[in-house]
Amino acid sequence: MMRTRRLTKLVLGIAACVALPITASAQQGESHIGKLTGHADTGRQLYFRYCWGCHGFRGEGTGENWIPTGSFPDSPYLNIQPRNFVAAVFKCRSTPTGTLPLQQDLYNTLVRGVVNSNMPSWITLTSQNRADLIAFIMTFSARWKNDKPGDPITVPPEPKLTIEGIKHGQELYQKLECWKCHGPLGFGNGPSASTLTDSNDEPIRPFNFTAFSRFKCGSTNQDLYKIFMTGLDGTPMPSFADVVKPEEAWDLVHFLRTLQVELKSPELTLWESTKEGAQQVAASRVSGTPTGSGVKQ
Amino acid sequence: MVTKLGYAAGLAVLAASTIAFAGPSGGGISGKVTYEGTPARQKPIDMSKEPGCAQQHPTPITTETVVVGPGNTLANVVVYVSTGAPDDSTPPAQAVTITQKGCQYLPHVVPMVVNQELKVVNADSNSHNIHPLAKINNEWNKSQPPGTPPFSEKFSKPEFIAVKCNIHPWMHSSFAVLKNSHYAVSGGDGGFTLPNLPPGKYTVTAWHEAYGEQTQDVTISGNETKTISFVFKAKPY
Repeated sequence: MMRTRRLTKLVLGIAACVALPITASAQQGESHIGKLTGHADTGRQLYFRYCWGCHGFRGEGTGENWIPTGSFPDSPYLNIQPRNFVAAVFKCRSTPTGTLPLQQDLYNTLVRGVVNSNMPSWITLTSQNRADLIAFIMTFSARWKNDKPGDPITVPPEPKLTIEGIKHGQELYQKLECWKCHGPLGFGNGPSASTLTDSNDEPIRPFNFTAFSRFKCGSTNQDLYKIFMTGLDGTPMPSFADVVKPEEAWDLVHFLRTLQVELKSPELTLWESTKEGAQQVAASRVSGTPTGSGVKQ
Repeated sequence: MVTKLGYAAGLAVLAASTIAFAGPSGGGISGKVTYEGTPARQKPIDMSKEPGCAQQHPTPITTETVVVGPGNTLANVVVYVSTGAPDDSTPPAQAVTITQKGCQYLPHVVPMVVNQELKVVNADSNSHNIHPLAKINNEWNKSQPPGTPPFSEKFSKPEFIAVKCNIHPWMHSSFAVLKNSHYAVSGGDGGFTLPNLPPGKYTVTAWHEAYGEQTQDVTISGNETKTISFVFKAKPY
């Protein structure tokens, strides 16, 4: 078995070396993530072992675990649907709204999984396998042939954390009307929260900052910066790239961290050292539970 | 010098042919869009969650999925030449504008040509996010807080795109991205005019966001203006 695999790899390797200069189609079945080169042929086998139950035979997001839109017209259940790779609209990107993500972005989603959904982390696969899967996923949509991924947004270096910065971030949270969906204290209970639907017309909840939960698109300050500067395409979360200056964006990041009252962070510690901040954090802690249950929507 | 002359001559020919096509001497198509049956009653919109917008409408406005006039006329129907006219080689220089005012999209239906500039204006004192749910073009979603300048976008492929604002779930609009400038939107009286069409055979399509689309073949000879009419079946859903 082992020997056969090695032999196959060797043959494939030689074939690839011969084919490389000749065909562009060989390159189309490839992904390039850092130093890794993924191959769609290998990715196909992995896809039909691990992914197609949800994402479907043709990648259209309608596998056997998929529940059709509108199945629960009168129920409060969320039906977060598997990603449709044919539409090729992705939430987690480092590229502007309306553009394809980098292959690295897709790879990162595979590593992380998508929190609060049925998409698990695929850290159990090898990095090579993940790269192979990305190569295969990109064969589902002609967009990967016709469009180029967007230019990744520039994230300037993070400035020093200050109380003034946090306060400015708080002003931005008001001014940009983040609270309309995420709620004045970040509970995800703003006036528009209960009406939100995603691009599949399914109800969707805005992120509850006060619950002990990671973000869908990463957990670092850099990730948080990218989330609101690129928007989560396919969801109600818009891009703020045109309306927030890069230096202001970091202030918003620092303020958003203080809304995460269950998560220890330098931002929260600094904010709690002020009278105003301590009051606000205390208010958030009293009125919610870590899971977000009991929050009035 | 010769090249320059050739270039100028080419331009002149191009200009002449454009004039010949789009000139006022051509014929045209005009007509009316009506419906039969009972259209769904449009519901009044409760804007109490956005007081700034509610104040702008002393009498609450209704949804605009189906807008009708006296005599069973149907407004907001995009009527356009779908075959027979060449695609616009360059998009019109002037931008089309959609304005968010009183938590309403003005106009409700926005036709434009492929790659034409679309200007998005927020005239309200509150935030909007404009979210075209494109399937063929790229879906994007941008926030536009009050006081921010208009931004421009364009769509590179023909498509009818549903547009929504996620903050105000009652706000809906439609973008009609078309291949050429021979289009019109039926007014409150259901009327439309497609001027400047040289003699030839055309297919005219009428599209309505709730009732789908219809087509008709029209042949124009000389400078005549043909009159056609579209009748949509209203579905009381």
